[in-house]
Amino acid sequence: MENVIGLAPWLVGFPLLGAAVLLLGGRATDRWGHWLGVAASTAAAVTGFVLLFAMISTPAEERVVDHHLWTWLSAGGLDVDLGVRLDPLSMTFVMLVTFVGTLIHVYSVAYMAHDPHRRRFFAYLNLFVAAMLTLVLADSYLLLFVGWEGVGLASYLLIGFWDHKRPNAVAAKKAFVMNRVGDMGLIAAMALIFANVGSVQFADVLPAAAGELSGVGASTATWTAVALCLLLAACGKSAQFPLQAWLGDAMAGPTPVSALIHAATMVTAGVYLMVRSAPILEAAPTAQLVVVCVGAVTLIFGAVVGCAKDDIKKALAASTMSQIGYMMLAAGLGPVGYGFAIFHLLTHGFFKAGLFLGAGSVMHGMDDEVDMRRFGGLSRFLPVTWITMGLGWLAILGVFPFSGFWSKDGIIETAFVPVDGQPWRAWLFGSVALVGAAITAFYMSRLFFMTFGGQRRWDDDHHPHESPALMTVPMIILAIGSVALGGLLAVGGTFTTWLEPVTGHAEHGEPVIPFWPLVILTHVLVIGAALLAFRQYAVSRVPVTAPRGSLLTRAARRDLFQDATNETLVMLPGQVLTRSLVYGDKAVVDGGWLGLGATVTQVGEKVRGMQNGYARSYAAMILTGVLVIAGVAGIAAAVSQ
Amino acid sequence: MEITNYAVLACILFAIGATTVLLRRNAIVVFMGVELMLNATNLAFVTFARVHGDVTGQVLAFFVMVVAAAEVVVGLAIIVTIFRTRRSASVDDVNLLKG
Amino acid sequence: MFPWLTALIAWPLVAAAVTAASGRSRSGAPSPRLVALVGALVEVGLLVAAFVQFDTSRAAEHQLGQTVPWIPQIGASYAVGVDGVGLLLVALSVGLVPLVILAAWREQGGDTLRLRRYLVLILVLEAFMVAVFSARDVFLFYVLFEAMLIPAYFMIGAFGQGPQRRYAAVKFLIFSLTGGLVMLAAVIALYFQVPVDAQGQRSDQAFLTENLTGLGLDPTVERLIFLGFFLAFAIKAPLFPVHTWLPDVAENAPVGTSTLLICVLDKVGTFGMLTLCLPLFPGASQWAAPVIVVLAVISVIYGAVMAIGQDDLLRLIGYTSVSHFGFIILGIFTFVPLGVAGSGFMMLNHGLATGALFLVAGFLIARHPARSQLIADYGGLRTVTPVLAGAFLVAGLATLSLPGLATFASEIMVLIGAYGGSPVAALVAIVGVVLAAVYVLLTYQRIFTGAPAAGLETLPDLTGRERLVAAPLVVALLVLGLVPQLALTYVDAPADQSVVAVLENEGSEQ
Repeated sequence: MENVIGLAPWLVGFPLLGAAVLLLGGRATDRWGHWLGVAASTAAAVTGFVLLFAMISTPAEERVVDHHLWTWLSAGGLDVDLGVRLDPLSMTFVMLVTFVGTLIHVYSVAYMAHDPHRRRFFAYLNLFVAAMLTLVLADSYLLLFVGWEGVGLASYLLIGFWDHKRPNAVAAKKAFVMNRVGDMGLIAAMALIFANVGSVQFADVLPAAAGELSGVGASTATWTAVALCLLLAACGKSAQFPLQAWLGDAMAGPTPVSALIHAATMVTAGVYLMVRSAPILEAAPTAQLVVVCVGAVTLIFGAVVGCAKDDIKKALAASTMSQIGYMMLAAGLGPVGYGFAIFHLLTHGFFKAGLFLGAGSVMHGMDDEVDMRRFGGLSRFLPVTWITMGLGWLAILGVFPFSGFWSKDGIIETAFVPVDGQPWRAWLFGSVALVGAAITAFYMSRLFFMTFGGQRRWDDDHHPHESPALMTVPMIILAIGSVALGGLLAVGGTFTTWLEPVTGHAEHGEPVIPFWPLVILTHVLVIGAALLAFRQYAVSRVPVTAPRGSLLTRAARRDLFQDATNETLVMLPGQVLTRSLVYGDKAVVDGGWLGLGATVTQVGEKVRGMQNGYARSYAAMILTGVLVIAGVAGIAAAVSQ
Repeated sequence: MEITNYAVLACILFAIGATTVLLRRNAIVVFMGVELMLNATNLAFVTFARVHGDVTGQVLAFFVMVVAAAEVVVGLAIIVTIFRTRRSASVDDVNLLKG
Repeated sequence: MFPWLTALIAWPLVAAAVTAASGRSRSGAPSPRLVALVGALVEVGLLVAAFVQFDTSRAAEHQLGQTVPWIPQIGASYAVGVDGVGLLLVALSVGLVPLVILAAWREQGGDTLRLRRYLVLILVLEAFMVAVFSARDVFLFYVLFEAMLIPAYFMIGAFGQGPQRRYAAVKFLIFSLTGGLVMLAAVIALYFQVPVDAQGQRSDQAFLTENLTGLGLDPTVERLIFLGFFLAFAIKAPLFPVHTWLPDVAENAPVGTSTLLICVLDKVGTFGMLTLCLPLFPGASQWAAPVIVVLAVISVIYGAVMAIGQDDLLRLIGYTSVSHFGFIILGIFTFVPLGVAGSGFMMLNHGLATGALFLVAGFLIARHPARSQLIADYGGLRTVTPVLAGAFLVAGLATLSLPGLATFASEIMVLIGAYGGSPVAALVAIVGVVLAAVYVLLTYQRIFTGAPAAGLETLPDLTGRERLVAAPLVVALLVLGLVPQLALTYVDAPADQSVVAVLENEGSEQ
C-alpha cells in the first residue's frame, strides 16, 4: 500500500490535466479532444485499479492510509493539509467514479458526435471526475468541500451545456443555488467542528466524535448540531427533501451527464458525507433519526413523483431521488446501515447509469424525443438497448439474484431492525422501505413497458435505430454489472467486511419480520406492482396525450408542488425584499445622506443673504463681532474675578 | 500724566472714525474714517508705551503708520479706478462682493 | 539597507513625470501608454525585489522601510515600512496598475492626450497607494489618506463614462473628506495624548505608530478618538450605512478607476482598522465591536441583496464589494486570529477577484454598440464570445468564493474564525454565500445564456491584449487557491499580533 499511495493524487491529476488542456487548448484540440478526455479518465481508472489491488493485498487493519501532500493553509490555529485519505470507503468511490465515468466518457464520444462543442463537454466531464475524486479522497472537511463545490460547478456547467436555451441555463443556476443552500450547512458544520475540536482533518475530528480522544470533544447537543448541518449539505447535494427540487430540472443536461453526475456519482455524495461522518452521527442519535426521516420522506416522495412523469429522464431522476432516499435511510440506521447504504450506492451507480444510458440511446434513436407516451414497442428496433435496460430494470426492482436485490433487500431488512429497542421505528421505517420498493417496481415497470412494450405511438418521421457500438458496449458492461455485481460482492458479506475498517464491525440485529418471509413479501409486492404496470402500460392502450388523471397524479406531475412551494416561501419574499431594499437604499439610506447635504445647502443659502456686497454692512458686522467678543471677554474676566 | 484722558480721546477718535466708515457713502470720506481709526490706535499705542516705559508700543505705532501709508496708496488707486469706470465714488454702488 | 519602499513610492512619480512629457513630439517618440506601461512594469520588478528582501519569519514587523524626520516640531516623520499585510496590499496595488493601464489601452475614445492625462493620474495614484499602505506615521498616513482623493477625484469625474460622473466624483469627494476631517480631529487629539517630557516637549517622532500604542488612554478619550478613525475607515471601506457613494462611483467611473478605487484604495479602510484601530485603541475596539459586527453582517447581506436587485452591471459589482467588505470587517472585529488572518488574506483576494470582474465587465461594455451597462441589453453572448464568457465566469466564481480559488480560502477562514468570536454573526453571514451564488449566476445567466440579443450576434471575442489582462488575475486566483500558504505566511503573524494587542489589553483591564 505504502509504495503505491503516491499514485493516489494522480487520480485527481489526470482528469484535471485533461480538463486544463481541453479548456485552455481551445479549438485547436477540437479534433482529438474527446479522446484525450477518455484517455484522462481511463488513466484515472487504471490508477484506481492499481490502488485497489494494492489495497486488497494489504491486511484489513492497514487499509486506512493518509497521504500528506503539502500544507494547504495554516493560519490562526487552523492547520489544514492538502492530503489524500485512501481507505475502503474512498476506494469504493474511486472505482465507481473512474470505472463508470470512463464508460460514460466512451459512450459520450458517440452520443455527442454531432455536437460542435464536444471538446468542451469532455473538458467539463474531466473536470467533474477530478472534482468528484477530490471529494472522496479528501482527508479533511475543508478539502472535501473543495470537491463538493467542484462537482457542483461541473454539474452547473454540464446542466447548462446547451445554455443557448434559456430554460437550461435557469435549471443549471437552480441546481447550483440549491446546492449552495446545502453548502451553508457544510460551512456551519466546519465552523462548529473547528470551534470544538480545533481541526477539520478527518484524522482529528472523527476520533474526537467517537470519544476516542481524551480532552477533545463536544457535547451531544453540539454533535447533533454538526450532524444536522452536515445533513443539510447532504440534502442539497443528494436532492433529498426539502432541497430536492433541482434534480428534475437538472435533466436539461446531456443524457450522459444525467447518468454520471445526476444518477451514479455526484448525487450520492451526500450519502458519502453521512457515512464518512459516521462517528459524528453516532454521537448524535437525534440527528440519526432525522437522517432516517429525511431518507424515508424522500424515498416516498421520489417514488410518487416517478409514477406520474411522462418524460423518461424526469422519471429516472425521480427514481434516483427515491433510491438515494433508501441510502440516506440506511445511513441513519447505524453501522449495519452504512455498509448497505454504500453497497446500494455502488449497485445503483451501475444499474441507474445503465438505465440512463439506455434512455440516452432511446433518445438518440428517436430524435431526442423524451415523452414516453410517444414511445412504445421499441424493443424490436433497439434490441441491445432493450435488453440492457431490461437487466437494469430487474436490478432496480430488486429481483433475485440481480444486483439491486442484495443491496436494497439489505436496507429493507436493516430498516426492520429495532433501534434502541424501539419497535415502532422498525415497523414505521421498515414499512416505508417496503412500500417504496413496491412503488419503485410500479413506476420502473411503467417506464420500461411504456418505452419498449405495447404498440408504437410514434409518428412516421421518427426512424428508431440501434445506437453505435461506442454507445452499446458501455451499456452492456453496465448491464453485466447490474446483473452480477451485487451477488459477487454480497456473497459471504464481502462488501460489508471490506468497509469495516471505516464503518466498524457491527452485528446484524434481528428484524421484526424474519428474513425469509421478508424476502418473499418483498418479491410478492414487487412482482405484483410490476404486473399491474404491465397490464396498464403494455397490454392496454396508452393514450398519447396524458389523461387528466386523479388529484394525486396531477400533483405528482407537478412534483408535489415543490416549485410552487419554493416560489411562495422563498423566491417571492426574496424578490419583495430585494425590490424594497433597492428602493430603500435609494430613498432612505442614500436619501438620508443626500437630505443631510441638502440641509447644509439650504442653511448656506440662508446665510448667503448676509453677504450683500455692501462694504459698509460688512464693516458693521465686523464691528458688532468685535464688540460681542469684547463683551464676552469682559464678562468672563469679571466672572472669573 | 493722566492716562484716562488719552485713552478717552483715543476712544472718541476711534468712534468717530468707525461711525464715519459705517454711515458715509463717499469712498474718500470712508477712507478718512479708516485713517482716523488707525490714528486713534496709534494714540493709544503711544500713550501706553509712555505709561509702561516700553518702546514696543511706539514701534508698533510706526508699523501702523507704514501700513496706513501703504493702504492709502493702494486704496486711493482702487477708488480712482472705480470712479473712472463707474463715474461714482459711492461705496454703495459697488456690491460685486455679493455672495 | 536599501529603502525599497521609498523606491517603490518614488518610481511611479518618476514614471508619471516621464509619461506626462512623452508623446509631445511627433517624430516617433514613444506613446504615453507605452511609457506608462513600461514604468508600471519596472515598478513590478522593484516589487519582486522587495519581496525577495522581505523576511517572512518576521512578518509581523515593519520592514524594508526607513524613518526620516519630516516636521519634527509636530512629531511627524517620513516613516515607511510594511508588515506582511501591508506588503500584500502594496503588491496588489503595484500588480493591478499595469493591468489597468493595459486595459485602458484603447479607452478615452482614442484621444491620446486625454489618455495620457488619465495614465499620469493612475501612476500618481499608485505612488500614493503604495505610500499609504507603508506609512508608519499616523500624520503621514493621514496626509496620504487625503492626498489620494485628488487623483481619484479626477479619475472619476474627468474620465468617467457615466452620465452622472461629476455627481459621483463630488459625492465620493464629500463622503471621503467628511471622514477625513473627523479623522484629522482624531489625529490632533491623539497627538495631545502623547506624554510630554520634562521640558514640556513631545517626542519629535510622536506620530510613529509604535509611539502611539499602549498609551493607556482614558476610556472616554480612547473611544472618541477611535470613533474618529473608524468613521473615516468605515466610509472608505465602505460599511453600511455609509456605502452609498460606492455604487454611484462604480456606475460612472471608468472601469480602470473602479478597479483601483474599489479593489485597492478602499482597502485603506479595512487596512486602517486592522493596523491602526486594533493596536492603538484595543479597549475601544472591543467596546465598539458588537455594533461593528452587526453593521458588518448587515453589509454582507445587504450588499448581496442589493446586488441581486441591480440593473446596471457595474453598480452590481459595486454592491458585491459592499458585501465582501462586510466579510472583511466581520473577520477583523471578531478578534479571532483565524478570522483576522482571513480578513487580511481576503483584502488581497477581493482585489484580484473583483478587479478581474470589473476589467472583464469593462471589456464587455466596450463591445456593446451603445456601450450599455444595463444587463438587460445583453443576452446569449456565450456562443458569440466564448472566451469573454469564460473569463467572466471565472471572475464571477471567484467572487462567489468557489473552493479551489483563493477567495474561498479567505472567506472560509473569516467565517470559521468569526464563528469562534460571534457565532450568531457568522451563521447569518453564511447566508451571504448563497446570495453570492444568486447574484453571480443570475448575472451570468442574463448576459451570457439564451439566444444572442439583437445587434450583438457578431461581437468580437477577447483580443490578445485583453486576455493578457485577465490571465494574470486568473492565474493568481488559482495559485493562491491551491497554495494559499504562499500569502498566509505574510498574513498570519501580523493578524496574530493585532489580536494579541486587543486581548492583552482586555487582560490588563481586568
